[in-house]
Amino acid sequence: MQVKMTVNGEEREADVEARMLLVHYLRDELGLTGTHWGCDTSNCGTCTVAVDGQAIKSCTMLAAMAGGRDVETVEGVAVGGELDPVQEGFMREHGLQCGFCTPGMIMTARWLLARDPDPDEATIREAISGNLCRCTGYENIVRAVRWAAEHPEGATDAEEVSA
Amino acid sequence: MTATDVPISAEGNPIGFGRMHRKEDARFLRGAGKYVDDVTLPGMLHGAILRSPIAHARITSIDTSAAEAHPKVKAVITGQTLEGLGLAWMPTLSQDTQSVLCTDKVRFQGQEVAFVIAEDKYSARDALQLIDVDYEPLDAVVDAKHALDDDAPIVRDDLEGRTDNHIYDWEAGDATKCDEVFRNAEVVVTQEMLYPRVHPAPMETCGSVASMDPISGKLTIWTTTQAPHAHRTLYALVAGLPEHKIQVISPDIGGGFGNKVGIYPGYVCSIVGSIVTGKPVKWMEDRSENLMSTSFARDYHMTGSIAATRDGKIQGLKVDVLADHGAFNGVAQPTKFPAGFFHIFTGSYDYDAAHCNVTAVYTNKAPGGVAYACSFRVTEAVYLVERMVDCLADELGMDPAELRMNNLLKPEQFPYTTPTGWEYDSGDYPRALDEAMRIAGYDELRTEQAEKRRAYEAGESSMLMGIGISFFTEGVGAGPRKHMDILGLGMADGCELRIHPTGKAVVRLSVQSQGQGHETTFAQIISHELGIPPEDIDVVHGDTDNTPFGLGTYGSRSTPVSGAAAAVVARRVKDKSRIIAAAALECSPDDLEWEHGRWFVKGDPDNGKTIQDIAMAAHSSLELPEGVEGHLDATAVYDPPELTYPFGAYICVTDVDAGTGEVKVRRFIAVDDCGPRINPMIVEGQVHGGVADGIGMALMELIAFERDGTNLGGSFMDYLLPTSMECPSYELGETVTPSPHHPLGVKGVGESATVGSPAAVVNSVLDAIGVRAADMPLTPAVVWRAMQGSPLRMDLALE
Amino acid sequence: MAIFTWELWERSRVTLGGDDVQVPETFDYERASNIDDAIALLERHGDEARLIAGGHSLLPMMKLRLAFPEVLIDINDVPDLDHIRIDGDEIAIGAMVRHAAILDSALLAEHYPIFRDAERVIADPLVRNRGTIGGSFCQADPAEDLSAVGAALGGSVVVRSSSGSRTVPMREFHEGPYETKVGDAEILTEVRFPIRNATGSAYEKVERRVGDWAVAAAGAFVQLDGDMIADAGIGLAAVGADHFIVPDAEAALRGKPAIRESFEEAAQLCHDQCSPVTDQRGPEDYKRHLARELVLRALTRATARARGEES
Repeated sequence: MQVKMTVNGEEREADVEARMLLVHYLRDELGLTGTHWGCDTSNCGTCTVAVDGQAIKSCTMLAAMAGGRDVETVEGVAVGGELDPVQEGFMREHGLQCGFCTPGMIMTARWLLARDPDPDEATIREAISGNLCRCTGYENIVRAVRWAAEHPEGATDAEEVSA
Repeated sequence: MTATDVPISAEGNPIGFGRMHRKEDARFLRGAGKYVDDVTLPGMLHGAILRSPIAHARITSIDTSAAEAHPKVKAVITGQTLEGLGLAWMPTLSQDTQSVLCTDKVRFQGQEVAFVIAEDKYSARDALQLIDVDYEPLDAVVDAKHALDDDAPIVRDDLEGRTDNHIYDWEAGDATKCDEVFRNAEVVVTQEMLYPRVHPAPMETCGSVASMDPISGKLTIWTTTQAPHAHRTLYALVAGLPEHKIQVISPDIGGGFGNKVGIYPGYVCSIVGSIVTGKPVKWMEDRSENLMSTSFARDYHMTGSIAATRDGKIQGLKVDVLADHGAFNGVAQPTKFPAGFFHIFTGSYDYDAAHCNVTAVYTNKAPGGVAYACSFRVTEAVYLVERMVDCLADELGMDPAELRMNNLLKPEQFPYTTPTGWEYDSGDYPRALDEAMRIAGYDELRTEQAEKRRAYEAGESSMLMGIGISFFTEGVGAGPRKHMDILGLGMADGCELRIHPTGKAVVRLSVQSQGQGHETTFAQIISHELGIPPEDIDVVHGDTDNTPFGLGTYGSRSTPVSGAAAAVVARRVKDKSRIIAAAALECSPDDLEWEHGRWFVKGDPDNGKTIQDIAMAAHSSLELPEGVEGHLDATAVYDPPELTYPFGAYICVTDVDAGTGEVKVRRFIAVDDCGPRINPMIVEGQVHGGVADGIGMALMELIAFERDGTNLGGSFMDYLLPTSMECPSYELGETVTPSPHHPLGVKGVGESATVGSPAAVVNSVLDAIGVRAADMPLTPAVVWRAMQGSPLRMDLALE
Repeated sequence: MAIFTWELWERSRVTLGGDDVQVPETFDYERASNIDDAIALLERHGDEARLIAGGHSLLPMMKLRLAFPEVLIDINDVPDLDHIRIDGDEIAIGAMVRHAAILDSALLAEHYPIFRDAERVIADPLVRNRGTIGGSFCQADPAEDLSAVGAALGGSVVVRSSSGSRTVPMREFHEGPYETKVGDAEILTEVRFPIRNATGSAYEKVERRVGDWAVAAAGAFVQLDGDMIADAGIGLAAVGADHFIVPDAEAALRGKPAIRESFEEAAQLCHDQCSPVTDQRGPEDYKRHLARELVLRALTRATARARGEES
């Protein structure tokens, strides 16, 4: 069947089986491999994307169910090549190591900050509790989200960002 | 050069050691990382593995005809196919063999039986259900404690003359001396403890894309490997493919933790698949395959005995270990050390008598044992000694911090040779423990704990509080090649550095990052030595066509071994640059002095050449002295003279709800000494991640089995990883005692926190509930039952 | 209408070799634009069709090939099923209300904070963005927290077919594990709870880790009449209580003083009358202990809330 949706602001379309999961549609049909696949039981969150503004696990949604909807993946976050504050926060606070959970963490963090621009540590920890990380122990991820909350326009100092 | 006067580059980076944002982040943040599953080649096919649902069974027939008839299936490979190629079995990293695809019988649930290759991954998986296998079930041996019973089913009847499940016995230390010491000791405490089967479970599972070019005969394989060169050589030796026609590429790896060291049947199948179909073949395992069939970690049943005087002087420690290796001995560690570095179990304390015996057995479970940041069994060793010390403290009624402080090795005792032959290089242990106690506010914590216990006993509250300590020494950076090899490949690693004419540089490493930040820290090492800004240094790793030989990244060996190689190669470049600078300045090399990135004439500081100038000069027509070649590059192979010995003092504070058994980690204090820190930000990140591992293992991670060998930890619903909610905000400290033999004094830190933290958490919980011993994972049920005095054994299904 | 069985699901939980393929079998996809459309689709396709809402119960089962409907009917676009509102003397929650909305609902927090307590420990925020109360109720997992909440509060479930709507008492809705009173070509549209005055409610759950199924969980409401218990409801998850309830425990509370001794008596009855099963989450004796402990805590907190002593 033809499945059409808006992805990162662009109309996209592919002919796929009804059973194709959204995560595979994004990765394999559209070549957007920033969204990852890490488990079988909807636990790990490496597949997190935003659908109609809600952060969801794309391994637990059919592509067909996202048909006609507005999907955002990590590839759509940096505007004109500029890192957005969440991405910048992750870099400044060393909120990533192997990078595999990072796209999912970024999408969840953006969803959180859109509804709660000034979350405290406990709120951040709860918001990302559906995204597993094996490298960072979560410490610097929490700091990264706090940085983004404190710098909604990005870095204010003159220090160049080597990115 | 001290930390305070490291110059800063134009892009704001330290030219040398210091906190620096990572270069690799640019692609990861944008979702532009390239992991194995992101590799797509023209005409690529997809493989899927059919796995056994039963732990132990004879295969009487396999009918693949229906699968082969599927319109999207290109080929189906079975053990029989591989037998014809001599590939149905492959050697493991421990002088054993492992089945690639079953020929005779299956030996663990999840074992590989057939490999389907299809046009897309959904069809490949559909086709799995079309393969008809007849299994004749056999009794399974699942409880390691019964693996050596007379009537235990034999797992490895494929091995000539095998009549039992015994793999090896191995011992270290002095049994006779121990017996005497224990006989005369005032206090002896004996305790059984299990370090259960757990799994590294990196967020990215294992996989490969194999592409055999039928014209050139070159095999290129993208694969999740922590040791690309070792894999290449193994494929050459085992598959008979010419080594110069094999390219192993480790692209971005989503976490390794020892899960991605060995060669898995799936990789071999993807290679054979590519040869058979003439197309690239991708195999990516799913999470249940990862948890059920790839290298698990630990599974050590240990019985420790500690001898001491009544006033708390440790005199001896001995331990018997029953090691469950699963169906094949596939552990990765240096050849002469079948139990890895377990004999470092004597720990951080000053006493003479020690002995260990390790008996390894086969069972009908997945193969493995060395993984999950164990530093070659140091996790098991540290857990054993730190738990035994707490048991001793409990017996003596002594504060566990005081008991440790009274027994820790003193700085003047270094280098220190342990009773089992390890030579610890350097350390100031009491200072690290003091620092941890200071950060924790130890005395205040004990006061709070006493008040909470009073309230609990008075029935005012159900909450208890625990304080647990773990002091660890680990040996990493394997290792001296005369003692340490893996399958005959010595554990020395190469490094190559080239400075381009315009002064930019490329350094090629033999080690492979899976998140440790090598692209940044190795640039910083070169920066430190040569004064070239780190943004001007490209770090190349992971492709065997483009990098020097080495044994890869695991056992925290990257900075101890490859980091040393990088320093050595930078110094060779620096030495050469001196000669070229002298030629350019028309003076003698002895007349020159170095100032971070620049040679200048002694007494005439304005008269000098930067390293960039020198690089251009080296490529120019400048006349060079006799015997000196042009260009500015060097290679090195670093053979570590010794291991390095990072250490640390950890303190964990837990709150336990006695009414439910729930545990909350309130605080975790980690003081680490890994020598000088190349990038403190990255070091701290490594410690954070390792502490989370310890919380996971102590409280929730477990692969258990039904008595018929059914795996109970095959998904993230059952194999529980800690989330952000289970982890506190960590409090880190540091001490710095450089390694005397390492060119940079650094010791490595990648596994320290995973090694040291589990005992701290377990000690804390047991301290809270006032129970001497209970085994991980301390789930609420385990804690509650321990409090009732009827402990649970969790590695076999509860009944 | 079950397209799978309890036995299959149990077996799958322990046997992940062999048939475990991680992608669903093929099926056809339909999207319903309104409720009548959805019902018509169900009627047309019969028992080979399943509704999909949040999909976080159904899709995982389909990936394990424990559920293999031939037609999936997507009801995410069906309007008028996402309300949380006061309707007469009841609170009505539409079947498509997401867990996240229940968690955030000020109306529910005011009347029945048991919902917020429970939602905080259901799955994780991302799953809560998708999963629905209707889906959870229809899944009827014996460890489902919202089912225990519903059982504690009583009330009713509205089920609609082409011949109109009918109401099923909450406590009769679940027939057994994975079995409900929703028949073929029927859709659960709404869940309704009586508004009670002088009432407090609470939920207590023990899990091995955030997001895990309960080892055991208990929810309760207590309605006070002065210092006496006028009415109470207890719902238990994951301990094998029939229809998630222990009526004897509730009966033992009514008319009793709202004090610890009364709660302990009810908790003991729950301990005695539930039927927990030993599994990797814990042995039977521990789960029974938890049934008692958590009922005690839920009743205590519910009462404190009824008195305005706690929020």
